[in-house]
Amino acid sequence: MSSQTQYKDLEPDEAYAFKPEDLEPDEMILNMGPQHPSTHGVLRIELKTDGEIVKDAQPHIGYLHRNFEKHAENIDYQGVIPFTDRMDYVGSMNNSLTYAVAVEKLMEIEVNERVQSIRVITSELQRIASHLLALGTYGMDIGAFTPFLHSFREREKILDLFEWLCGARLLYNYNWIGGLSHDLPNQWTDRAKIFLDQFEPVIDELDNLLSYNKIFTKRTADVGIIPPERAVGYALTGPNLRGSGIKWDIRKEDPYCGYEKYEFDVPVGQGRYGPIGSCWDRYYVRVEEMRQSVRITRQAIEQMPAEGDVRETVPKRVKPKPGEAYGRTEAPRGELGFYVVSDGGLIPYRVKGRSPCFVAMSIFREIAKGEMIADMIAIIGSLDIVLGEIDR
Amino acid sequence: MSLDAAAVQQRIEAKFPGKITSAELEVTDPFLVIDNAAIVEVGTFLRDEPELAFDMLHCHSAVDYLELKEPEKARIEVVLHLTSLKHRHWIVLKVMLPRDNPKTPTLENIWPTANWHEREAYDLFGIEFEGHSDLRRIFLPEDWAGHPLRKDWEWPDEWHGIAVKPDEKFSQRAMEGENIGVGPFD
Repeated sequence: MSSQTQYKDLEPDEAYAFKPEDLEPDEMILNMGPQHPSTHGVLRIELKTDGEIVKDAQPHIGYLHRNFEKHAENIDYQGVIPFTDRMDYVGSMNNSLTYAVAVEKLMEIEVNERVQSIRVITSELQRIASHLLALGTYGMDIGAFTPFLHSFREREKILDLFEWLCGARLLYNYNWIGGLSHDLPNQWTDRAKIFLDQFEPVIDELDNLLSYNKIFTKRTADVGIIPPERAVGYALTGPNLRGSGIKWDIRKEDPYCGYEKYEFDVPVGQGRYGPIGSCWDRYYVRVEEMRQSVRITRQAIEQMPAEGDVRETVPKRVKPKPGEAYGRTEAPRGELGFYVVSDGGLIPYRVKGRSPCFVAMSIFREIAKGEMIADMIAIIGSLDIVLGEIDR
Repeated sequence: MSLDAAAVQQRIEAKFPGKITSAELEVTDPFLVIDNAAIVEVGTFLRDEPELAFDMLHCHSAVDYLELKEPEKARIEVVLHLTSLKHRHWIVLKVMLPRDNPKTPTLENIWPTANWHEREAYDLFGIEFEGHSDLRRIFLPEDWAGHPLRKDWEWPDEWHGIAVKPDEKFSQRAMEGENIGVGPFD
Protein backbone atom coordinates (compact mmCIF):
# COMPACT_ATOMS: atom_id res chain seq x y z
CA MET A 1 0.00 0.00 0.00
CA SER A 2 1.49 3.33 -1.02
CA SER A 3 1.51 6.26 1.35
CA GLN A 4 -1.26 7.96 -0.63
CA THR A 5 -3.76 5.23 0.10
CA GLN A 6 -3.41 5.44 3.89
CA TYR A 7 -6.07 7.17 5.90
CA LYS A 8 -5.44 8.63 9.29
CA ASP A 9 -7.75 7.92 12.18
CA LEU A 10 -9.61 10.97 13.38
CA GLU A 11 -10.90 11.94 16.76
CA PRO A 12 -14.72 11.84 16.76
CA ASP A 13 -15.13 15.56 17.41
CA GLU A 14 -13.24 16.47 14.23
CA ALA A 15 -16.56 16.08 12.45
CA TYR A 16 -17.69 19.30 14.16
CA ALA A 17 -16.89 22.76 12.88
CA PHE A 18 -17.71 24.42 16.21
CA LYS A 19 -15.73 23.38 19.25
CA PRO A 20 -17.28 23.17 22.73
CA GLU A 21 -14.31 25.02 24.25
CA ASP A 22 -15.00 28.09 22.04
CA LEU A 23 -18.59 28.51 23.19
CA GLU A 24 -19.73 31.54 25.14
CA PRO A 25 -21.90 30.99 28.22
CA ASP A 26 -25.50 30.06 27.25
CA GLU A 27 -24.43 28.83 23.81
CA MET A 28 -25.03 25.30 22.66
CA ILE A 29 -24.17 23.17 19.63
CA LEU A 30 -27.16 21.49 18.02
CA ASN A 31 -27.11 19.00 15.16
CA MET A 32 -29.95 19.13 12.66
CA GLY A 33 -29.92 16.05 10.48
CA PRO A 34 -28.58 14.14 8.61
CA GLN A 35 -31.82 12.21 9.04
CA HIS A 36 -34.33 15.01 9.34
CA PRO A 37 -37.50 15.12 7.24
CA SER A 38 -37.31 18.80 6.45
CA THR A 39 -33.73 18.84 5.20
CA HIS A 40 -35.01 17.30 1.94
CA GLY A 41 -32.40 14.58 1.94
CA VAL A 42 -29.35 13.73 3.97
CA LEU A 43 -28.04 17.09 5.03
CA ARG A 44 -26.52 17.85 8.41
CA ILE A 45 -26.55 21.37 9.75
CA GLU A 46 -24.55 22.22 12.79
CA LEU A 47 -26.14 25.07 14.69
CA LYS A 48 -24.60 27.21 17.36
CA THR A 49 -27.57 28.44 19.31
CA ASP A 50 -28.24 30.85 22.11
CA GLY A 51 -31.68 29.86 23.31
CA GLU A 52 -33.87 30.06 20.23
CA ILE A 53 -31.50 32.29 18.26
CA VAL A 54 -29.08 30.75 15.77
CA LYS A 55 -25.68 32.40 16.22
CA ASP A 56 -23.96 30.43 13.47
CA ALA A 57 -24.81 27.55 11.17
CA GLN A 58 -22.50 25.26 9.29
CA PRO A 59 -23.94 22.89 6.68
CA HIS A 60 -22.17 19.55 6.24
CA ILE A 61 -22.78 17.95 2.88
CA GLY A 62 -21.42 14.88 1.13
CA TYR A 63 -23.60 12.14 2.60
CA LEU A 64 -24.88 11.30 -0.90
CA HIS A 65 -21.56 11.84 -2.65
CA ARG A 66 -21.03 9.33 -5.47
CA ASN A 67 -18.45 11.31 -7.41
CA PHE A 68 -20.44 11.45 -10.61
CA GLU A 69 -17.52 13.24 -12.23
CA LYS A 70 -15.18 10.28 -11.67
CA HIS A 71 -17.79 7.88 -13.05
CA ALA A 72 -18.15 10.08 -16.12
CA GLU A 73 -14.43 9.75 -16.82
CA ASN A 74 -14.82 5.99 -17.12
CA ILE A 75 -17.83 5.54 -19.41
CA ASP A 76 -18.67 6.71 -22.92
CA TYR A 77 -20.50 9.96 -23.64
CA GLN A 78 -24.00 8.51 -24.01
CA GLY A 79 -23.45 6.41 -20.90
CA VAL A 80 -23.13 9.51 -18.75
CA ILE A 81 -26.80 10.43 -19.32
CA PRO A 82 -28.32 8.01 -16.78
CA PHE A 83 -25.87 9.38 -14.22
CA THR A 84 -26.99 12.95 -14.89
CA ASP A 85 -30.61 11.81 -14.33
CA ARG A 86 -29.62 10.81 -10.83
CA MET A 87 -28.18 14.19 -9.89
CA ASP A 88 -31.39 16.17 -9.46
CA TYR A 89 -33.74 13.22 -9.24
CA VAL A 90 -36.91 15.31 -9.25
CA GLY A 91 -35.86 17.25 -12.36
CA SER A 92 -34.24 14.55 -14.46
CA MET A 93 -35.44 15.77 -17.85
CA ASN A 94 -33.59 19.04 -17.40
CA ASN A 95 -30.39 17.34 -16.28
CA SER A 96 -30.05 15.06 -19.27
CA LEU A 97 -31.10 17.93 -21.52
CA THR A 98 -28.29 20.10 -20.18
CA TYR A 99 -25.68 17.40 -20.67
CA ALA A 100 -26.97 16.74 -24.20
CA VAL A 101 -26.85 20.47 -24.97
CA ALA A 102 -23.26 20.68 -23.70
CA VAL A 103 -22.00 17.73 -25.76
CA GLU A 104 -23.94 18.91 -28.82
CA LYS A 105 -22.23 22.27 -28.45
CA LEU A 106 -18.88 20.48 -28.28
CA MET A 107 -19.65 18.36 -31.37
CA GLU A 108 -21.43 21.20 -33.20
CA ILE A 109 -24.61 19.17 -33.70
CA GLU A 110 -27.79 21.05 -34.59
CA VAL A 111 -30.91 19.09 -33.66
CA ASN A 112 -34.04 19.48 -35.77
CA GLU A 113 -37.07 21.52 -34.76
CA ARG A 114 -39.22 18.61 -33.69
CA VAL A 115 -36.57 17.48 -31.21
CA GLN A 116 -36.25 21.04 -29.93
CA SER A 117 -40.01 21.36 -29.41
CA ILE A 118 -40.29 18.02 -27.62
CA ARG A 119 -37.38 18.99 -25.41
CA VAL A 120 -39.10 22.25 -24.50
CA ILE A 121 -42.39 20.47 -23.74
CA THR A 122 -40.80 17.82 -21.55
CA SER A 123 -38.54 20.21 -19.70
CA GLU A 124 -41.37 22.65 -18.98
CA LEU A 125 -43.62 19.85 -17.74
CA GLN A 126 -40.72 18.71 -15.59
CA ARG A 127 -40.36 22.22 -14.25
CA ILE A 128 -44.03 22.21 -13.24
CA ALA A 129 -43.63 18.81 -11.57
CA SER A 130 -40.52 19.96 -9.74
CA HIS A 131 -42.10 23.21 -8.56
CA LEU A 132 -45.20 21.31 -7.40
CA LEU A 133 -42.97 19.12 -5.27
CA ALA A 134 -41.08 22.15 -3.97
CA LEU A 135 -44.23 24.07 -3.06
CA GLY A 136 -46.07 21.11 -1.61
CA THR A 137 -43.23 20.06 0.65
CA TYR A 138 -42.54 23.68 1.55
CA GLY A 139 -46.08 24.05 2.82
CA MET A 140 -45.71 20.83 4.74
CA ASP A 141 -42.43 21.99 6.32
CA ILE A 142 -44.19 25.12 7.56
CA GLY A 143 -47.15 23.14 8.84
CA ALA A 144 -49.75 23.20 6.05
CA PHE A 145 -50.52 19.63 5.06
CA THR A 146 -53.35 20.07 2.54
CA PRO A 147 -51.46 21.87 -0.28
CA PHE A 148 -49.04 18.95 -0.33
CA LEU A 149 -51.82 16.53 -1.25
CA HIS A 150 -53.17 18.86 -3.94
CA SER A 151 -49.79 19.41 -5.53
CA PHE A 152 -48.85 15.73 -5.45
CA ARG A 153 -52.14 14.84 -7.12
CA GLU A 154 -51.21 17.14 -10.01
CA ARG A 155 -47.57 16.04 -10.10
CA GLU A 156 -48.74 12.46 -10.45
CA LYS A 157 -50.49 13.35 -13.71
CA ILE A 158 -47.25 14.72 -15.17
CA LEU A 159 -45.38 11.61 -14.05
CA ASP A 160 -48.06 9.51 -15.77
CA LEU A 161 -47.48 11.45 -18.97
CA PHE A 162 -43.73 10.82 -18.67
CA GLU A 163 -44.30 7.15 -17.93
CA TRP A 164 -46.32 6.87 -21.10
CA LEU A 165 -43.57 8.73 -22.94
CA CYS A 166 -40.55 6.73 -21.91
CA GLY A 167 -41.51 4.06 -19.43
CA ALA A 168 -40.02 5.69 -16.35
CA ARG A 169 -41.54 7.97 -13.77
CA LEU A 170 -38.48 9.69 -12.33
CA LEU A 171 -35.27 8.74 -14.15
CA TYR A 172 -36.00 8.95 -17.84
CA ASN A 173 -32.83 8.61 -19.97
CA TYR A 174 -34.93 10.36 -22.61
CA ASN A 175 -32.74 13.17 -23.94
CA TRP A 176 -29.87 11.70 -25.88
CA ILE A 177 -26.88 13.42 -27.41
CA GLY A 178 -28.16 14.59 -30.79
CA GLY A 179 -31.79 13.69 -30.25
CA LEU A 180 -34.25 11.72 -28.15
CA SER A 181 -34.58 8.06 -27.29
CA HIS A 182 -37.88 7.85 -29.17
CA ASP A 183 -40.71 9.94 -30.57
CA LEU A 184 -43.90 10.99 -28.80
CA PRO A 185 -46.59 8.30 -28.60
CA ASN A 186 -49.81 8.80 -30.59
CA GLN A 187 -52.12 11.40 -29.04
CA TRP A 188 -49.63 12.22 -26.31
CA THR A 189 -49.85 15.93 -27.07
CA ASP A 190 -53.67 15.78 -26.86
CA ARG A 191 -53.44 14.30 -23.40
CA ALA A 192 -50.82 16.89 -22.46
CA LYS A 193 -53.18 19.64 -23.62
CA ILE A 194 -56.03 18.17 -21.56
CA PHE A 195 -53.69 18.20 -18.57
CA LEU A 196 -52.73 21.84 -19.15
CA ASP A 197 -56.38 22.93 -19.47
CA GLN A 198 -57.23 21.14 -16.27
CA PHE A 199 -54.09 22.25 -14.42
CA GLU A 200 -54.22 25.98 -15.08
CA PRO A 201 -57.16 26.67 -12.70
CA VAL A 202 -55.51 24.43 -10.11
CA ILE A 203 -52.58 26.87 -9.88
CA ASP A 204 -55.01 29.56 -8.68
CA GLU A 205 -56.52 27.06 -6.29
CA LEU A 206 -53.11 26.21 -4.83
CA ASP A 207 -52.25 29.88 -4.74
CA ASN A 208 -55.38 30.72 -2.74
CA LEU A 209 -54.88 27.75 -0.50
CA LEU A 210 -51.40 28.61 0.74
CA SER A 211 -49.82 31.83 -0.51
CA TYR A 212 -51.87 34.38 1.43
CA ASN A 213 -52.54 32.28 4.50
CA LYS A 214 -51.70 34.43 7.49
CA ILE A 215 -49.66 31.78 9.29
CA PHE A 216 -47.72 31.06 6.11
CA THR A 217 -46.92 34.70 5.34
CA LYS A 218 -45.90 35.34 8.97
CA ARG A 219 -43.54 32.38 8.86
CA THR A 220 -41.91 33.33 5.54
CA ALA A 221 -42.19 37.06 4.87
CA ASP A 222 -39.41 38.42 7.08
CA VAL A 223 -37.22 35.36 7.09
CA GLY A 224 -34.06 34.45 5.18
CA ILE A 225 -33.69 37.71 3.31
CA ILE A 226 -31.11 37.64 0.53
CA PRO A 227 -30.23 41.15 -0.70
CA PRO A 228 -29.75 41.31 -4.49
CA GLU A 229 -26.01 42.06 -4.37
CA ARG A 230 -25.36 39.07 -2.09
CA ALA A 231 -27.43 36.84 -4.36
CA VAL A 232 -25.24 37.83 -7.31
CA GLY A 233 -22.02 37.51 -5.31
CA TYR A 234 -22.97 33.99 -4.28
CA ALA A 235 -23.97 33.28 -7.90
CA LEU A 236 -27.47 32.14 -7.01
CA THR A 237 -29.56 31.38 -10.06
CA GLY A 238 -33.11 30.46 -10.91
CA PRO A 239 -36.00 31.26 -8.55
CA ASN A 240 -33.55 32.01 -5.72
CA LEU A 241 -31.94 34.84 -7.71
CA ARG A 242 -35.21 36.05 -9.20
CA GLY A 243 -36.76 36.08 -5.73
CA SER A 244 -34.24 38.81 -4.89
CA GLY A 245 -35.67 40.92 -7.68
CA ILE A 246 -33.11 40.26 -10.42
CA LYS A 247 -34.46 39.44 -13.84
CA TRP A 248 -32.11 36.73 -15.09
CA ASP A 249 -33.23 33.63 -16.90
CA ILE A 250 -30.99 31.52 -19.15
CA ARG A 251 -34.00 30.85 -21.38
CA LYS A 252 -34.00 34.58 -22.20
CA GLU A 253 -30.30 35.45 -21.89
CA ASP A 254 -28.71 32.49 -23.65
CA PRO A 255 -31.57 30.72 -25.45
CA TYR A 256 -31.27 27.02 -26.23
CA CYS A 257 -33.76 24.64 -27.88
CA GLY A 258 -35.41 27.59 -29.60
CA TYR A 259 -36.73 29.31 -26.47
CA GLU A 260 -36.45 32.63 -28.31
CA LYS A 261 -39.55 31.60 -30.33
CA TYR A 262 -41.85 31.51 -27.32
CA GLU A 263 -43.50 34.35 -25.47
CA PHE A 264 -43.22 34.26 -21.71
CA ASP A 265 -42.48 36.55 -18.79
CA VAL A 266 -39.79 36.20 -16.18
CA PRO A 267 -41.44 36.64 -12.77
CA VAL A 268 -39.32 38.30 -10.08
CA GLY A 269 -39.76 38.89 -6.37
CA GLN A 270 -41.83 42.01 -5.66
CA GLY A 271 -41.57 42.22 -1.89
CA ARG A 272 -45.33 42.06 -1.41
CA TYR A 273 -44.90 40.73 2.10
CA GLY A 274 -41.80 42.03 3.85
CA PRO A 275 -38.56 43.00 2.11
CA ILE A 276 -37.51 41.79 -1.36
CA GLY A 277 -35.62 38.51 -1.29
CA SER A 278 -37.53 36.88 1.54
CA CYS A 279 -38.59 33.23 1.64
CA TRP A 280 -42.08 34.28 0.53
CA ASP A 281 -40.71 35.98 -2.60
CA ARG A 282 -38.74 32.88 -3.58
CA TYR A 283 -41.82 30.76 -2.97
CA TYR A 284 -44.05 33.01 -5.03
CA VAL A 285 -41.65 33.17 -7.99
CA ARG A 286 -42.14 29.41 -8.29
CA VAL A 287 -45.93 29.77 -8.30
CA GLU A 288 -45.70 32.35 -11.08
CA GLU A 289 -43.21 30.23 -13.02
CA MET A 290 -45.70 27.38 -13.20
CA ARG A 291 -48.11 29.73 -14.99
CA GLN A 292 -45.37 30.70 -17.45
CA SER A 293 -44.43 27.05 -18.00
CA VAL A 294 -48.03 26.26 -18.93
CA ARG A 295 -47.87 29.13 -21.42
CA ILE A 296 -44.62 27.91 -22.97
CA THR A 297 -45.83 24.30 -23.18
CA ARG A 298 -49.01 25.39 -24.98
CA GLN A 299 -47.00 27.37 -27.55
CA ALA A 300 -44.50 24.54 -28.02
CA ILE A 301 -47.27 21.99 -28.65
CA GLU A 302 -48.89 24.43 -31.08
CA GLN A 303 -45.71 25.14 -33.04
CA MET A 304 -44.28 21.62 -33.05
CA PRO A 305 -43.66 20.34 -36.58
CA ALA A 306 -45.68 17.19 -37.28
CA GLU A 307 -42.86 15.48 -39.14
CA GLY A 308 -39.26 14.89 -38.17
CA ASP A 309 -37.00 12.06 -37.12
CA VAL A 310 -36.02 12.43 -33.48
CA ARG A 311 -32.92 10.31 -34.03
CA GLU A 312 -31.86 12.08 -37.20
CA THR A 313 -28.75 13.63 -35.66
CA VAL A 314 -27.92 11.01 -33.02
CA PRO A 315 -24.29 10.15 -33.85
CA LYS A 316 -23.42 6.47 -34.29
CA ARG A 317 -20.28 7.03 -32.30
CA VAL A 318 -19.90 10.02 -30.01
CA LYS A 319 -16.30 11.04 -30.49
CA PRO A 320 -15.84 14.81 -30.26
CA LYS A 321 -12.61 16.35 -31.42
CA PRO A 322 -10.32 17.64 -28.66
CA GLY A 323 -11.76 20.71 -27.07
CA GLU A 324 -14.10 21.90 -24.36
CA ALA A 325 -17.53 23.42 -24.05
CA TYR A 326 -19.77 24.72 -21.30
CA GLY A 327 -23.45 24.12 -21.91
CA ARG A 328 -26.07 25.60 -19.64
CA THR A 329 -29.83 25.58 -19.32
CA GLU A 330 -32.43 26.90 -16.92
CA ALA A 331 -33.28 23.91 -14.76
CA PRO A 332 -36.12 24.16 -12.19
CA ARG A 333 -33.58 25.10 -9.52
CA GLY A 334 -31.48 27.52 -11.54
CA GLU A 335 -28.64 27.47 -13.96
CA LEU A 336 -27.46 23.94 -14.49
CA GLY A 337 -24.26 23.65 -16.49
CA PHE A 338 -21.92 20.96 -17.70
CA TYR A 339 -18.33 21.73 -18.53
CA VAL A 340 -17.21 18.93 -20.83
CA VAL A 341 -13.57 18.46 -21.85
CA SER A 342 -12.73 16.05 -24.65
CA ASP A 343 -9.29 14.66 -25.51
CA GLY A 344 -10.58 13.21 -28.78
CA GLY A 345 -11.34 9.81 -27.28
CA LEU A 346 -14.54 7.84 -26.79
CA ILE A 347 -14.88 8.72 -23.12
CA PRO A 348 -15.02 12.25 -21.70
CA TYR A 349 -11.77 13.55 -20.27
CA ARG A 350 -13.60 15.59 -17.68
CA VAL A 351 -17.23 16.39 -16.95
CA LYS A 352 -17.95 19.03 -14.35
CA GLY A 353 -21.51 19.55 -13.23
CA ARG A 354 -22.35 23.06 -12.10
CA SER A 355 -25.12 22.47 -9.62
CA PRO A 356 -27.54 25.30 -8.71
CA CYS A 357 -28.37 23.65 -5.37
CA PHE A 358 -24.71 23.43 -4.34
CA VAL A 359 -24.40 27.16 -4.88
CA ALA A 360 -27.71 27.88 -3.12
CA MET A 361 -26.57 25.91 -0.09
CA SER A 362 -23.35 27.90 0.15
CA ILE A 363 -25.24 31.08 1.03
CA PHE A 364 -27.11 29.30 3.83
CA ARG A 365 -24.58 30.15 6.55
CA GLU A 366 -24.85 33.83 5.80
CA ILE A 367 -28.64 34.07 5.80
CA ALA A 368 -29.14 31.73 8.76
CA LYS A 369 -27.26 33.90 11.25
CA GLY A 370 -29.57 35.67 13.66
CA GLU A 371 -32.71 33.74 12.72
CA MET A 372 -34.68 31.38 14.97
CA ILE A 373 -34.21 27.61 14.96
CA ALA A 374 -37.68 27.04 13.48
CA ASP A 375 -36.81 29.43 10.64
CA MET A 376 -34.00 27.14 9.49
CA ILE A 377 -36.71 24.86 8.10
CA ALA A 378 -38.35 27.75 6.28
CA ILE A 379 -35.02 28.86 4.78
CA ILE A 380 -33.94 25.40 3.60
CA GLY A 381 -37.34 24.79 2.02
CA SER A 382 -37.36 28.15 0.27
CA LEU A 383 -33.94 27.49 -1.32
CA ASP A 384 -35.47 24.29 -2.79
CA ILE A 385 -32.43 22.06 -2.58
CA VAL A 386 -32.06 18.50 -3.76
CA LEU A 387 -29.21 16.68 -2.07
CA GLY A 388 -28.59 14.36 -5.00
CA GLU A 389 -27.43 17.37 -6.95
CA ILE A 390 -25.50 19.07 -4.15
CA ASP A 391 -23.43 16.00 -3.42
CA ARG A 392 -23.35 14.64 -6.96
CA MET B 1 -22.77 46.82 -24.19
CA SER B 2 -21.72 43.23 -24.60
CA LEU B 3 -18.06 42.59 -25.17
CA ASP B 4 -16.51 39.55 -26.82
CA ALA B 5 -13.43 37.75 -25.57
CA ALA B 6 -11.05 39.74 -27.77
CA ALA B 7 -12.32 43.04 -26.37
CA VAL B 8 -11.99 41.76 -22.81
CA GLN B 9 -8.46 40.58 -23.59
CA GLN B 10 -7.60 44.04 -24.93
CA ARG B 11 -8.82 45.74 -21.77
CA ILE B 12 -6.93 43.38 -19.45
CA GLU B 13 -3.81 43.74 -21.64
CA ALA B 14 -4.04 47.55 -21.40
CA LYS B 15 -4.34 47.50 -17.61
CA PHE B 16 -2.02 44.58 -16.79
CA PRO B 17 0.47 44.19 -19.65
CA GLY B 18 1.93 40.70 -19.93
CA LYS B 19 -0.39 39.06 -17.41
CA ILE B 20 -2.31 37.14 -20.09
CA THR B 21 0.09 34.33 -20.85
CA SER B 22 -1.93 32.97 -23.77
CA ALA B 23 -5.38 33.18 -25.28
CA GLU B 24 -7.53 30.96 -27.47
CA LEU B 25 -10.19 32.95 -29.31
CA GLU B 26 -11.05 30.62 -32.20
CA VAL B 27 -12.64 27.80 -30.16
CA THR B 28 -16.24 27.16 -29.04
CA ASP B 29 -15.78 28.95 -25.72
CA PRO B 30 -12.90 31.45 -26.06
CA PHE B 31 -10.64 31.55 -23.02
CA LEU B 32 -7.79 33.63 -21.61
CA VAL B 33 -4.97 32.16 -19.56
CA ILE B 34 -4.03 34.45 -16.69
CA ASP B 35 -0.76 34.45 -14.76
CA ASN B 36 -1.33 32.74 -11.41
CA ALA B 37 0.32 35.55 -9.42
CA ALA B 38 -1.97 38.19 -10.96
CA ILE B 39 -5.33 36.41 -10.79
CA VAL B 40 -6.60 38.37 -7.78
CA GLU B 41 -5.81 41.78 -9.35
CA VAL B 42 -7.26 40.74 -12.71
CA GLY B 43 -10.36 39.31 -11.02
CA THR B 44 -10.95 42.46 -9.00
CA PHE B 45 -10.48 44.56 -12.12
CA LEU B 46 -12.94 42.42 -14.09
CA ARG B 47 -15.55 42.74 -11.37
CA ASP B 48 -15.16 46.45 -10.61
CA GLU B 49 -14.49 47.99 -14.04
CA PRO B 50 -17.94 49.36 -15.05
CA GLU B 51 -17.45 48.45 -18.69
CA LEU B 52 -16.74 44.79 -17.85
CA ALA B 53 -18.70 44.23 -14.60
CA PHE B 54 -18.22 40.46 -14.34
CA ASP B 55 -20.22 40.20 -11.14
CA MET B 56 -21.01 36.51 -11.17
CA LEU B 57 -18.60 33.58 -11.01
CA HIS B 58 -21.07 31.02 -12.25
CA CYS B 59 -18.83 28.02 -12.65
CA HIS B 60 -15.49 27.10 -11.12
CA SER B 61 -13.87 23.88 -12.25
CA ALA B 62 -10.49 22.22 -12.14
CA VAL B 63 -9.05 19.83 -14.71
CA ASP B 64 -6.05 17.58 -14.25
CA TYR B 65 -3.88 17.10 -17.34
CA LEU B 66 -1.49 14.24 -16.75
CA GLU B 67 0.05 14.40 -20.28
CA LEU B 68 1.99 11.15 -20.07
CA LYS B 69 3.51 11.65 -23.52
CA GLU B 70 4.77 15.17 -22.82
CA PRO B 71 5.46 15.32 -19.08
CA GLU B 72 6.65 18.92 -19.27
CA LYS B 73 3.09 19.93 -20.22
CA ALA B 74 1.51 18.25 -17.18
CA ARG B 75 -0.62 20.75 -15.28
CA ILE B 76 -3.79 21.39 -13.32
CA GLU B 77 -6.07 24.03 -14.78
CA VAL B 78 -8.49 26.08 -12.72
CA VAL B 79 -11.26 27.21 -15.05
CA LEU B 80 -13.45 30.19 -14.16
CA HIS B 81 -16.65 30.94 -16.08
CA LEU B 82 -17.61 34.56 -15.44
CA THR B 83 -20.84 36.30 -16.36
CA SER B 84 -21.89 39.91 -16.26
CA LEU B 85 -25.56 40.28 -15.44
CA LYS B 86 -25.39 43.95 -16.36
CA HIS B 87 -23.86 43.68 -19.83
CA ARG B 88 -24.95 40.10 -20.55
CA HIS B 89 -21.56 38.86 -21.70
CA TRP B 90 -19.39 36.08 -20.42
CA ILE B 91 -15.76 35.00 -20.46
CA VAL B 92 -13.65 31.98 -19.51
CA LEU B 93 -10.44 32.46 -17.54
CA LYS B 94 -7.89 29.77 -16.86
CA VAL B 95 -5.04 29.50 -14.40
CA MET B 96 -2.32 26.91 -14.95
CA LEU B 97 -0.82 25.28 -11.87
CA PRO B 98 1.95 22.70 -11.48
CA ARG B 99 0.74 19.18 -10.72
CA ASP B 100 2.89 18.76 -7.66
CA ASN B 101 1.91 21.11 -4.88
CA PRO B 102 -0.60 23.31 -6.78
CA LYS B 103 -1.21 26.63 -5.04
CA THR B 104 -3.28 29.62 -6.08
CA PRO B 105 -4.68 32.61 -4.22
CA THR B 106 -8.29 32.36 -3.12
CA LEU B 107 -10.96 34.35 -4.96
CA GLU B 108 -13.55 34.27 -2.17
CA ASN B 109 -13.02 37.95 -1.38
CA ILE B 110 -13.97 38.88 -4.95
CA TRP B 111 -16.82 36.39 -5.51
CA PRO B 112 -18.05 34.87 -2.22
CA THR B 113 -19.40 31.85 -4.11
CA ALA B 114 -15.78 30.76 -4.66
CA ASN B 115 -15.64 29.64 -1.03
CA TRP B 116 -17.45 26.34 -1.58
CA HIS B 117 -16.20 25.83 -5.12
CA GLU B 118 -12.63 26.09 -3.89
CA ARG B 119 -13.34 23.65 -1.10
CA GLU B 120 -14.59 21.27 -3.76
CA ALA B 121 -11.46 21.73 -5.86
CA TYR B 122 -9.32 21.21 -2.74
CA ASP B 123 -11.23 18.07 -1.88
CA LEU B 124 -11.17 16.41 -5.28
CA PHE B 125 -7.93 17.82 -6.75
CA GLY B 126 -5.80 18.83 -3.79
CA ILE B 127 -5.37 22.42 -4.94
CA GLU B 128 -4.36 24.65 -2.07
CA PHE B 129 -6.11 28.02 -2.08
CA GLU B 130 -3.92 30.46 -0.18
CA GLY B 131 -5.80 32.71 2.22
CA HIS B 132 -9.02 30.65 2.11
CA SER B 133 -11.04 31.12 5.28
CA ASP B 134 -12.21 27.54 5.69
CA LEU B 135 -10.23 25.11 3.54
CA ARG B 136 -11.64 21.73 4.56
CA ARG B 137 -12.87 18.77 2.56
CA ILE B 138 -16.47 19.28 1.50
CA PHE B 139 -17.71 15.96 0.07
CA LEU B 140 -15.32 13.28 1.27
CA PRO B 141 -14.58 12.33 4.87
CA GLU B 142 -11.84 14.38 6.53
CA ASP B 143 -9.57 11.37 6.66
CA TRP B 144 -10.01 10.19 3.08
CA ALA B 145 -6.73 9.38 1.34
CA GLY B 146 -5.77 11.42 -1.71
CA HIS B 147 -7.81 13.45 -4.18
CA PRO B 148 -9.96 11.21 -6.42
CA LEU B 149 -10.27 13.38 -9.53
CA ARG B 150 -6.50 13.41 -9.99
CA LYS B 151 -5.85 11.21 -12.98
CA ASP B 152 -3.18 9.20 -11.12
CA TRP B 153 -5.27 8.63 -8.00
CA GLU B 154 -5.28 5.07 -6.72
CA TRP B 155 -8.11 3.32 -4.94
CA PRO B 156 -7.44 2.69 -1.27
CA ASP B 157 -7.96 -0.95 -0.30
CA GLU B 158 -10.25 -0.14 2.58
CA TRP B 159 -11.60 2.73 4.64
CA HIS B 160 -12.27 2.00 8.31
CA GLY B 161 -12.79 -1.64 7.49
CA ILE B 162 -15.13 -0.94 4.54
CA ALA B 163 -13.87 -2.40 1.25
CA VAL B 164 -13.95 0.44 -1.26
CA LYS B 165 -11.81 -0.85 -4.12
CA PRO B 166 -13.72 -2.29 -7.08
CA ASP B 167 -12.79 -5.93 -7.42
CA GLU B 168 -10.95 -6.59 -10.66
CA LYS B 169 -11.75 -10.26 -10.41
CA PHE B 170 -15.44 -9.40 -10.63
CA SER B 171 -15.13 -7.62 -13.96
CA GLN B 172 -12.89 -10.41 -15.26
CA ARG B 173 -15.48 -13.01 -14.35
CA ALA B 174 -18.17 -10.97 -16.09
CA MET B 175 -15.99 -10.70 -19.18
CA GLU B 176 -15.51 -14.45 -19.22
CA GLY B 177 -19.25 -14.89 -19.52
CA GLU B 178 -20.13 -15.97 -16.01
CA ASN B 179 -23.65 -15.05 -14.93
CA ILE B 180 -22.97 -12.98 -11.86
CA GLY B 181 -26.46 -11.57 -11.35
CA VAL B 182 -27.40 -8.29 -9.80
CA GLY B 183 -26.93 -7.16 -6.23
CA PRO B 184 -24.18 -6.85 -3.68
CA PHE B 185 -21.01 -8.18 -5.21
CA ASP B 186 -18.20 -9.94 -3.44
